Amino acid sequence: MIKVKNLVKRYVNVNAVDNISFHVNENEIVGLLGPNGAGKTTTMRILTCFMPATAGSAMVAGHDVFTDSLNVRQQIGYLPENVPLYLDMRAYEYLMFRAKLKNIPRRERRKKIEYCLEVTGITDVQKQIIGTLSKGYKQRVGLADTLIHDPKILILDEPTIGLDPNQIRQIRGVIKGLGQKHTVLLSTHILPEVEMVCDRVMIINKGKIVAMDTPANLMKQLKTGSNLVLEVKGDGEKIKKSLSEIDTVESVSYRKKDDANEFYINGNGEKDIREAAFNCIVQNNYILRELKRQTITLEEIFHQVTTTETEVETANA
Amino acid sequence: MRNVSAIYQRELLSYFYSPIAYVVISVFLVAAGFFFAGNLQIHQQASLKGSLDSTQFFLLLLTPVITMKLFSDESKSGTIETLMTSPVTDFDVVFGKFLAALSLYAVMILPTWIYVLFLTIFGNPDFGPIFSSYIGLMLMGGLFVSVGLLVSSLTKNQVVAAVIGIVSLIILWVIGYLSAYGDGWFYEALKYIGTYDHWSSFTKGIVDTRDVIYYLSFTALLLFITVRNVESRKWR
Repeated sequence: MIKVKNLVKRYVNVNAVDNISFHVNENEIVGLLGPNGAGKTTTMRILTCFMPATAGSAMVAGHDVFTDSLNVRQQIGYLPENVPLYLDMRAYEYLMFRAKLKNIPRRERRKKIEYCLEVTGITDVQKQIIGTLSKGYKQRVGLADTLIHDPKILILDEPTIGLDPNQIRQIRGVIKGLGQKHTVLLSTHILPEVEMVCDRVMIINKGKIVAMDTPANLMKQLKTGSNLVLEVKGDGEKIKKSLSEIDTVESVSYRKKDDANEFYINGNGEKDIREAAFNCIVQNNYILRELKRQTITLEEIFHQVTTTETEVETANA
Repeated sequence: MRNVSAIYQRELLSYFYSPIAYVVISVFLVAAGFFFAGNLQIHQQASLKGSLDSTQFFLLLLTPVITMKLFSDESKSGTIETLMTSPVTDFDVVFGKFLAALSLYAVMILPTWIYVLFLTIFGNPDFGPIFSSYIGLMLMGGLFVSVGLLVSSLTKNQVVAAVIGIVSLIILWVIGYLSAYGDGWFYEALKYIGTYDHWSSFTKGIVDTRDVIYYLSFTALLLFITVRNVESRKWR
């Protein structure tokens, strides 16, 4: 549905988007993840024809964003960051205006609007002036607007920013539901959100894609460090020495904890080191009180990927 | 055309949702009424010429207030992004906004017809110059609105848009007077560019195609520049 090839957006001195390529399949929810200023919004603005790229090409729903912009815009629903709305209009009125702009035939407008009001759960506030609505409701009005012409593709720029936890949950639910009928590209820097909602994640930093995979794979891929946490009773230095002798272990560190020691083992990622570590402890007659694998959250992946600048091998699903 | 009408409707509605329309219209009517009464008292003539000449100066000050928000507000609140990413052309947007502002301008001068009513009750006015004056007022309104629209598309700040709009219109107005200070093509050109000269022939009852063309072409040119300026975000 979305095909981006070697896209570059150059501002005066920086490349906001630096030669990125990716594609999004039909009915897929893809999360665009990255720190502030990574180029998420710029990418979205290019895809929605708000600004052109400096180089490269982008096809949205089979139309080129540069040469066929009107057709692209007919196919997308775009929710910009901070959800700009006309605050002096009533919610229903606003949706009616947007429905006209999006070329919905007169007869269908009312029905479409009612449907969108229902999906986003704002039927009760449709008569209210948008400016008087709470942030969560404004967000939903924005979302209703993106849905109104039943676009093939939804592009949502930080759809849950500034909402309270309950609202975030609701909006997430709505988005997840939309993913069954629409292709969704959403940006965020809230990681659990991506884990919950998205089929695929794209981490972008300084205008470059540094990782792209399913959330689960991404975690697996980066978890190959296979880190263990052990709690062992005995002489700390000796245990550390014997643990270090295991082939697949890269580094060991420990600290005192109550009457035992807590060890942190980093494996080199080739093999599961749990058994080796267990055997080592048992053979040396130490007492093992706890052994657990340290799971890396997306948070850590994100941090790792966006701070070390080493490019992670990207696997296109 | 459907997009133009959608944008037109929204803009016109939003004028009446905000205090702008009411404030501008009442200020204008107070001023116009004052000039009408004053002129009538001094000249004792059943004509609108004197009072419309003075009100014209007020239109100069008030039209940019009508137009100031058209684009500035959209850029400031970010709605320009939702607007421009919906399937509308830049021309649709510019033209819809232009028509909305021009309509408000028309609504603003419409109540002055009551003066004509008074003139016919208490006197015997010549309707020719009155009609031509109103044609002139509308043509001039088109020009003023397009100046304001262009200025509004240049800045995010409404106050800046209004001030620059007013200053531009005043310059456009006084530039005609400069022609009195010399001869030759340069002063002729100034005279042609200035709005006042073209306006004054309408008040005399003359609808000269040269004046009509002056207003229409100037308006079209400014609208064209505005469309280009709105587009320019794409290559800046």
